[in-house]
Amino acid sequence: MARRATITLDLRRLVGRWSLRAADHTGRFTFLVLDMLRGVAEWRIYLPRTFEQAQQVGYGSLFIVLLVAGFAGAVTSLQTGYQFTGTLPLYYAGAVISESMILELGPVLTALILAGRIGARYAAELGSMRVTEQIDALESLGRSPITHLLMPRVFAGILVIPALTMFANATGIVVGFFTAKGSLGLTYADFEYGARYFFRPLDLWYSLVKSYCFAAAATVIPCYLGFNAQQGAEGVGRATTTAVVSASVSILLLDVVITQLLLGVK
Amino acid sequence: MIQVINVSKRFLHNIVLDGVSLEVRDGETVALLGPSGVGKSVLLKHINGLMKPDAGDVIVDGLSVPRLKRKEIQQLRSKIGYVFQYGALFDSMSVYENIRLGITDETCANDDGYCNDRVKECLRLVNLAPDVAEKYPAELSGGMKKRVGIARAIAGAPKYLLYDEPTSGLDPVNADVIDALIERLRDELGVTSVVVSHDVRGSFRVADRVALLWQAKIRADGTPEQVLASQDAAVQQFLERDLEMGLIQAEGEARAKRGA
Repeated sequence: MARRATITLDLRRLVGRWSLRAADHTGRFTFLVLDMLRGVAEWRIYLPRTFEQAQQVGYGSLFIVLLVAGFAGAVTSLQTGYQFTGTLPLYYAGAVISESMILELGPVLTALILAGRIGARYAAELGSMRVTEQIDALESLGRSPITHLLMPRVFAGILVIPALTMFANATGIVVGFFTAKGSLGLTYADFEYGARYFFRPLDLWYSLVKSYCFAAAATVIPCYLGFNAQQGAEGVGRATTTAVVSASVSILLLDVVITQLLLGVK
Repeated sequence: MIQVINVSKRFLHNIVLDGVSLEVRDGETVALLGPSGVGKSVLLKHINGLMKPDAGDVIVDGLSVPRLKRKEIQQLRSKIGYVFQYGALFDSMSVYENIRLGITDETCANDDGYCNDRVKECLRLVNLAPDVAEKYPAELSGGMKKRVGIARAIAGAPKYLLYDEPTSGLDPVNADVIDALIERLRDELGVTSVVVSHDVRGSFRVADRVALLWQAKIRADGTPEQVLASQDAAVQQFLERDLEMGLIQAEGEARAKRGA
């Protein structure tokens, strides 16, 4: 009886603690986003830094994004061949490869790679700045850390991730075609016919809308967690890990939500 | 003038400040003493609005700091130089860029000529050679980092200077250099200063007034002579222990000199 009471009490405490923590995060996150919206007018401060960050993030991530997209295109092509050969006309491969890359693989894989790559970087950079009092120092100099540190990072991501997604889409489709050509003997004319047959210009917009939403998740969440890091090196490590996990999970959740919305639109 | 009025602050169950009051008059240097972890830095962060009190008020230049809006607090902060315990230099920026960031006036900050001259002047004031400007924080010693931190804090010609443990982690020789620097800045710039420290010897050297923070309250407040003469057991205990450490260090230095 006593044990049961303890377990119930612990459960209540646990739920209470989790609820408080969730409310705390929600409040802080909302204030951070509001502060960022308030800082939009101060473009003279964040714009030059945004381009600096975008250059670093864009160039640095291009190779890995294209590599992964290329492999994704190749695997999609091989699996399509494995499943459809003999049952469907060959030109269907063109449709499957291009549509899978544009609607799903391009945006999601790019966002997941960048959630790991720049998400970890942002959280670690801002976390280190927080625990070494550099953010406090910036504030004490009358400068806003939101416009000096956070907005350039977030905007750089929002600028670069959709562009990288488009490159990833193109690379995946091209590699997918060459793989299909090698393994299935698919001709360019068949591939193009299949790709064009099912393609709607709106698909590209979907891809772009998805990538913008993913970009926001892959940058704002790590920035928030790094900005609020505490307790020295351990805190920075925790913030970095949490940032990558939270950003990745958010991207996957957003993927479901946006896909449902997009299908509804269709 | 800086007025801390009945300020209380707690972190979860830990009461750090409990109705603390302190007044720093214009041109005065006040040393805030106390053991490590007692809340001296927390009190300092209340003065420039990096932290908000749970209760009480902090008034700087006639303005209630906790009630200021974002823009207003940014304007007030440009009048307050803050020297951080470990320098808090921006490690991705050179010393020049760090100090330049301390120039808070928008017009001056965009004038390259003014900034170059000001950075040189600040380096001179903290006894650093002009070529240090090109270095990065990782290339500097602990003492140099502290001095660059001070240079950055004075770059905007502030009215108030807040020092958070300016001599902690330094050897006695470098600590003396920093203490001499605080004295010099007070005399040359006429700033109002609050020096947070647990180094009694150095604080008594630089301060016009000394306050002792002990168990979340101000336990003593007066001139160095008045505080030294205090009969309060806690005050005596703190002073004796720290002065004893000072004597041991001085003896060690003398022995090292004899050996050399």
